[in-house]
Order: sequence, then C-alpha cells, then structure tokens
Amino acid sequence: MIEFDKVTHSYGGGELLSDITLRLTKGSFHFLTGPSGAGKTTFLKLCYGELFASSGSVRVGGMPLRDLDRDSIARIRRTIGVVHQDCQFLDHLPLDENIALPMTVAGFEDMRHSDDLKDLMSWVGLSKQASALPPQLSGGERQRAALARAVMMDPDVILADEPTGNIDWEMSMRLLQLLVELNRMGKTIVIATHDLNLIRTAKAQVAARVLRIKDRRVQLAGADL
Amino acid sequence: MKFISRLADILPGDTRADRVVPPSGFTVGLTVFTAGAMAFLAVFALALSLASGRLADRWSDALARTATIRISAPEGQMQAQTDAVMAVLVTTPGIADARVLTVEEQRVLLLPWFGPDLPVEELPLPQLIELIEDDTGFDGDSLRLRLAGEAPGAVLDDHTRWRRPLVAAAGRLRLLGWISIVLIGATTAAMITLSANAALAANERVIRTLRLVGARDLYIARAFVRRFTGRAIQGAVIGTALGVLAVALLPSDQSAGGFLTGLGFQGWTWLWPLGIPVLAALVAYGATRAAALRVLRGYT
Repeated sequence: MIEFDKVTHSYGGGELLSDITLRLTKGSFHFLTGPSGAGKTTFLKLCYGELFASSGSVRVGGMPLRDLDRDSIARIRRTIGVVHQDCQFLDHLPLDENIALPMTVAGFEDMRHSDDLKDLMSWVGLSKQASALPPQLSGGERQRAALARAVMMDPDVILADEPTGNIDWEMSMRLLQLLVELNRMGKTIVIATHDLNLIRTAKAQVAARVLRIKDRRVQLAGADL
Repeated sequence: MKFISRLADILPGDTRADRVVPPSGFTVGLTVFTAGAMAFLAVFALALSLASGRLADRWSDALARTATIRISAPEGQMQAQTDAVMAVLVTTPGIADARVLTVEEQRVLLLPWFGPDLPVEELPLPQLIELIEDDTGFDGDSLRLRLAGEAPGAVLDDHTRWRRPLVAAAGRLRLLGWISIVLIGATTAAMITLSANAALAANERVIRTLRLVGARDLYIARAFVRRFTGRAIQGAVIGTALGVLAVALLPSDQSAGGFLTGLGFQGWTWLWPLGIPVLAALVAYGATRAAALRVLRGYT
C-alpha cells in the first residue's frame, strides 16, 4: 500500500527522519510511537504527500509521490483518510457537511441526505449532532467526526495522528474500537501515538505492529510494549 | 474562447462548493465598493471618449469637405477677379460646388464680432467664395498656382491649418478616455487581487482542510473566483446604473454649451455601458483566479 524506500527527510538543515525503508501492507495495523518531536507527524505527512522525502522515495499504490503533480496528489489523498489531533474542520459548516466534505470536493452529488452518511454518523454515534457546528462538539465527538470524515470516501488507508490526545480514556477506547472495526474491514491503519496504554489495549484485540521512531530511524518495537 | 467557456462554467455557481469558503469578511464590502466606484468612473470615461470621438468626426467631416477662397482686390477689380476665380473653379477637378457668399451671409459671419449695425456695404471687405469638395477632393497646391495666375488677389484657405490641431486634440481626448478605461480596469484588477489575497490569507485553515480531504487547486480557486466575480458584477451593475443616471442628468446637447453639453451618450451608444459589468466580471475572474492559484501553490 505505502512503501518507504531509503527515505530521509530534512528540515532546517537537520535530518528529522533518516534512511527509512518499510512497507505498510494492505489490511495491516500499525502503531507509530516515539517521544514528542521524534517525527511521528512528519512520517504521516510523508505518507499522504503533505511533505516530501529529501532523498529516497515514498510510494502509494506503487506511485512515487514526489513525481506526481498537485492534482494527482489530491486524488491520492482521497484514498487516504487522515485524522488529525486538532481535527481540522470547517467551523462554519454543520457536522454532516463536514463529514461529507471529501465527497463534495471530489464532485459527488449532495451527500447530506444520503443513507451512507446517516449510517456513518450513526456508526460513530453522532446522528443527533448532524446539524451542530464543530465548535459546539466535545473533544471526543470531534475525534469521532474526524474519523467519520476520514472514512467517507472508503479509503484504503487511515492515518491517525494522536487521535486520543485530547480525549478521556473511555472515549479513547470507543475511538480505538472504531479503528479496529475498520481494520477488520480490510483497511490499513496507522496510528501515531505516545499513549502506551492505548497500544497495549489494542494489541489485545488486533494483530498490531508497533513502530518506534528512535534516533531519526523507524524500528520495530520489541516486547517491552 | 477557452477563457469565456471557463467563465461561463463558473457563473452558474455550485452552491455546495461556494459554501466551503466562509461567507463573511471585510473583503465583501471592499470588493463591491471598488467595483461600483470603478464602474461609475468608467461610465464617465466612456462618455468622454464617445463624445470626443463624435466631436473629432464632426470637425473632421464638416471641415474636410469645405474650403474658402478670399479675394482682396481694389474695388474696380473685385468683380473681375471673382469671375476669374469662379471660372477656374468650374474647370478644377474635385470641386462639387462653389458659390460666392452674399453680403448678407458675410454680415452674419461678422455679427459675433461687430454686432448687427455694421455697414458691411461701406467696408472694403474681401469677397468670400465657399467651395465644397466631391468625394475625390481637389489638389490644393495646383489650385493655388492657377489662382495666382488668374486672380492675384485670391487666397485659398482649405482650413487645414486649424482643422488638423482640432481634430488631433479631439482624437487625443478620445484616446485619453480609452486609456482611462484601461487604467480603471487595471486598478480594479489590483484592488480585487488585494482583496482576494486577504481573503485567501484569512482562510488559510479552510484551504489546508480542503487540501487534506483531496480538493484540487482549481476546486478551491473556483470557490473564491465565483465569490469575487459575483461581488464585482454586483458592484459594477450598481456603479454603472448610477453612472448612466448621472450622465443622463447632465445638461442636454446645446450649441451654446459647446463640448461640455455634448458629454454623454447618443442613440445606440447608450448600450455601451452594459459592457462595463461584463468587463468587471472578466477582470475579477482573471485577477482572482491568478491570485488564488498563485497562493495555493504555496500549500502542499
């Protein structure tokens, strides 16, 4: 699905990530961990083309991102759902329009009244908040809404950057369950987090691999987690 | 044609795409006001240009086809020289008509300077002969040579000396009108570009979110282009309507008022201001599209 081939990413004269070679295969579940500033967000951004490798190559579906034009990058992003810690909603639009946004920008017909959208909002437990504006939602609701938006286009890959960073444990578990369900549907999941309890809980439910960023390199974490 | 089809493509609008950009902001009023003010000025520049054009054409047409021969001769020779000049004119190619001005006509010509009581008959005034050219025109130099031989007191004045500067002045005034319209268009483009840049900067978060969910640059740009083009049309329609109203309320064309009372539109030229909102739309479309695509290239 996503391949890193000797990828190095530099910023401001220093290397943030160095010589990374790995493959995120279809249907896999990965945690990406490491201390703050280790490069977790950078790694995710390299996956969906918000950043580009300084050397080496990142390929999505076999296509090297750096060789693609801006429109092609936009199309690639429709196959990758991204959940950010701060969610990035359009605050002036109601929640249902925010969740349907990937379909809207892709030129699909109005999804606001579609059964798919209703099912999706019901799945993340936000049916009653359809017409609420994002600032009116709690942290947990916003994260679930962000997840719903990420899966709206039925992407192959879901990247989540500290999705449980701003929510309580109960809500974190609920979000994790949703991600595990998606993985069981065949989606590739990558979650960047420094929450080791979340990783331990997830490993009890799903065959997750844990990648750790240490000294600018990505390593497979051992039994210490 | 591609440009026009793109414009036609965005004008019907996509309400969902329009909604992705927050509706409010100071740029709304700024763009409408700028487009309105510029359209108002453009109406006057257009009126000036058209009036100057009419004036240049009128002067050019009226004077180009007429000429005057002035005969200054001793009283005893005046009639003989007048007859000689008329004989020359009859055989000169390019002259459609020639006639000797009557005493009464000369009195009318002098009226503005000397008043109605001037005893024209008692003054040693030169005799004037008016010529009207045909379509081919006459050779002035050749005619002068013939007149010098046949009637030494006759002087041909084909009005060229003072016609050319007048026509040139009117032509330049017309050119200035068009240059003003171009400058107004350029200023409108600059103001709309600034407004669009401000709107794009204020919506950085919106743009990042749209890029994140897979929006293409053109999709995002169109949302801004539609909005600014719509605002420009709205302002330009208001400004044009007010401008046309102001021109219509100017004093009507009177000969006593000269050029100033002729400033306005005549006949079908009243339709010309309809092009101003269209021009404003084209300017807003081009300016916003260029600004949006340039800014969007800064986003990954």
